[in-house]
Amino acid sequence: MIKGFTDDELSVKLMEMGCLPGVEVSLQLIAPLGDPIAIEVAGYQLSLRKEEASKILLED
Amino acid sequence: MPDLTVALIGNPNSGKTTLFNLLTGLNQKTGNFPGVTVDKKTGTLKLPDGKRAELVDLPGTYSIYPKTLDEQIVQEVLLDEKHPQHPDVIVVVADASNLKRNLLLFTQIRDLNIPCLLVLNMIDVAEKRKLKIDLRSLSIDLGVKIIPTNSRSGDGISLLKQALTETIRVPKMPFYNVRELADQTIDDIRREFSLDNDYRAYQLAQQNLKLTYLGEEEHNKIEAIKNENGFYDVPTQSKETLERYALISDIIDRNLSEEDPSKRAINAKIDRVTTHPIFGYAIFLGLLLLIFQAIFAWSEAPMTLIEDSIAGFGDWVKGVLPEGIINDLLTDGIIAGLAGVLVFIPQIAILFGFIAIMEESGYMSRAVFLMDKLMRKFGLNGKSVVPLISGMACAIPAIMATRNIDGWKDRLITIFVTPFMSCSARLPVYTILIGLVVPNEPIWGFFNLQGLVLMGLYLLGFLAAILSAWVMGFIVKAKHRGYFVMELPSYKVPKWKNVGLTIYEKTGTFVLEAGKVIIAISIILWVMASYGFGDKFENAEENVKTQLGANYTEEEYDVALSAYKLEHSMAGSFGKFIEPTIEPLGYDWKIGIALITSFAAREVFVGTMSTIYSIGAEDDDEVTIRERLRQEINPKTGEPMYNKAVGFSLMVFYAFAMQCMSTLAIVYRETKGWKWPIIQTVYMSAVAYISAFIAYNIFS
Repeated sequence: MIKGFTDDELSVKLMEMGCLPGVEVSLQLIAPLGDPIAIEVAGYQLSLRKEEASKILLED
Repeated sequence: MPDLTVALIGNPNSGKTTLFNLLTGLNQKTGNFPGVTVDKKTGTLKLPDGKRAELVDLPGTYSIYPKTLDEQIVQEVLLDEKHPQHPDVIVVVADASNLKRNLLLFTQIRDLNIPCLLVLNMIDVAEKRKLKIDLRSLSIDLGVKIIPTNSRSGDGISLLKQALTETIRVPKMPFYNVRELADQTIDDIRREFSLDNDYRAYQLAQQNLKLTYLGEEEHNKIEAIKNENGFYDVPTQSKETLERYALISDIIDRNLSEEDPSKRAINAKIDRVTTHPIFGYAIFLGLLLLIFQAIFAWSEAPMTLIEDSIAGFGDWVKGVLPEGIINDLLTDGIIAGLAGVLVFIPQIAILFGFIAIMEESGYMSRAVFLMDKLMRKFGLNGKSVVPLISGMACAIPAIMATRNIDGWKDRLITIFVTPFMSCSARLPVYTILIGLVVPNEPIWGFFNLQGLVLMGLYLLGFLAAILSAWVMGFIVKAKHRGYFVMELPSYKVPKWKNVGLTIYEKTGTFVLEAGKVIIAISIILWVMASYGFGDKFENAEENVKTQLGANYTEEEYDVALSAYKLEHSMAGSFGKFIEPTIEPLGYDWKIGIALITSFAAREVFVGTMSTIYSIGAEDDDEVTIRERLRQEINPKTGEPMYNKAVGFSLMVFYAFAMQCMSTLAIVYRETKGWKWPIIQTVYMSAVAYISAFIAYNIFS
């Protein structure tokens, strides 16, 4: 579950795409070279770089 | 003038473009929005009441806060009431199977007080997923007329057309009251710009410096108001997004029920293959090879057909019209230039056919996903792969394909380095030169030395592209912060009508826009190669006759005359003029002329060489030219002119130099100005010159 973000500008973009605090996410795919990754959020697949994903704070 | 301007807005992958194609068919035009390189797709559509509507397909976006150049257009068109595409009605297209995210954009647009309709597209997909949407109640909650459509089958299109004929009421209350976020700022901006809408005023505060239609003075006023009231863009935007989503969530919960929330199992299975460490790359590589093969080989027959028919047409015109300058200009200048434009159509059509299929099916985003990390090391982006590989066939369609790259910086770098990839036009030049200076012998048993050199040249081009990209990464400044965050859409069977329309649109754009520049340059080059100043050119016929002596056939005379004319033409004089500059590379003025005429296209090197060395038209094949070049003696050294050093120096020069006016024309079109094509030409020429100099000195 998303708790918050550590990057304001990126957080706006992610929220627009449905990554809202309180929403559940799950890891779907990891690219063969380890980056980027794809997560399932709000009923669809979203791919993002690890560096971008690291700005999302998660909690159980 | 249309009676009504309608804008189509929606998330990427919402089926917006398919809907646009369904509504307009072939009645569409592609151009650019003024001043930026963003495709402007407009089309006309006849409404049931007989009125004519202009439909504008705006770039796909997730919100009205732009992240890329493309998305910024949406913002400008909506906020600038004087913009030529400012809509009377907005049709918001939302993916019914992913409603929540799609509604965010809708609620923002609704609050701008422009009459709008909501299209729930892909209603069939939603039904398949057992999503039940209470349309009537959703319509009341959102305050908008809703039209369910299936843009794949065309269901609902007539309903949409009908709805456009009716008067659309603008709701009195905003969906989300933005006042609570910035009361004073909104009031001040509304007063200053005499606006009657809160959200519009709020957007001016949010987007101020990004809006190009505002003047310096207006920017400053808005900044002052923001400072005075302590308005901060990002936190306010963040709060707005969160609160809008909260409202949307409530509405979704009331009107949407999911009976069977089972995941898209097939999709995940395909993904496991397409992004597999081995199969994933194997599939992608196979696809690239197929594309490369198609552009390289399949386009050959139609290209020959185009060239031959235009040449036939030129001959016909030449015969019909009276002889003279006008005839020559028309046939050798304009019609030949036209051939130079039309001949690219098969390659462009094939590449964009493949790209459209990859985009339509949803595979493209997986390919980008696979390649991103690798390409990022060189300052490129996952999306740069397709243009770079296509550049090995031809840089023209490849550079056009960079439109798919979102960030301006990544796109510019890709455009900049793509012409380094060895294209098919370099092949005839390489073949002649390799045959001339590289012995045809096996190496290590099974490799052929000539083949290895050819491969080396391709590799050289690739390395130049990658290294230049890496260097450019430090120099070019990004206009927007680039994100990779991207939706991986579910797989679909491509819709062939969309593929066809993409091909039609891309070839049309190339012929109309790059075509102008190509024809202009080819006329200039033709004039340079066919006319000259001074007595020698004026009295060419007599001089040649004196040279040949008493015995000569008609054909010998013609061949000698064209060689003589070329030598004393403007191009010839220019070739002699630059001789001192190219001497360090081992070239003489004859090669100088070929370098100049090659600017029309690299393969022209072959034709020029055969003209200048007086090889008759019938004998114009590689072997004859090669034999003739082999006999050429350097007057200074008494040794053969085309030795290893000159051969390699020329090969390296052709590998790097920007010798293609069509590439120049397309870079001009894609970067909207002469700045980048000029920088690119200077840079590539410098690289070519220095490397050829090094090659010449190594081998001599």
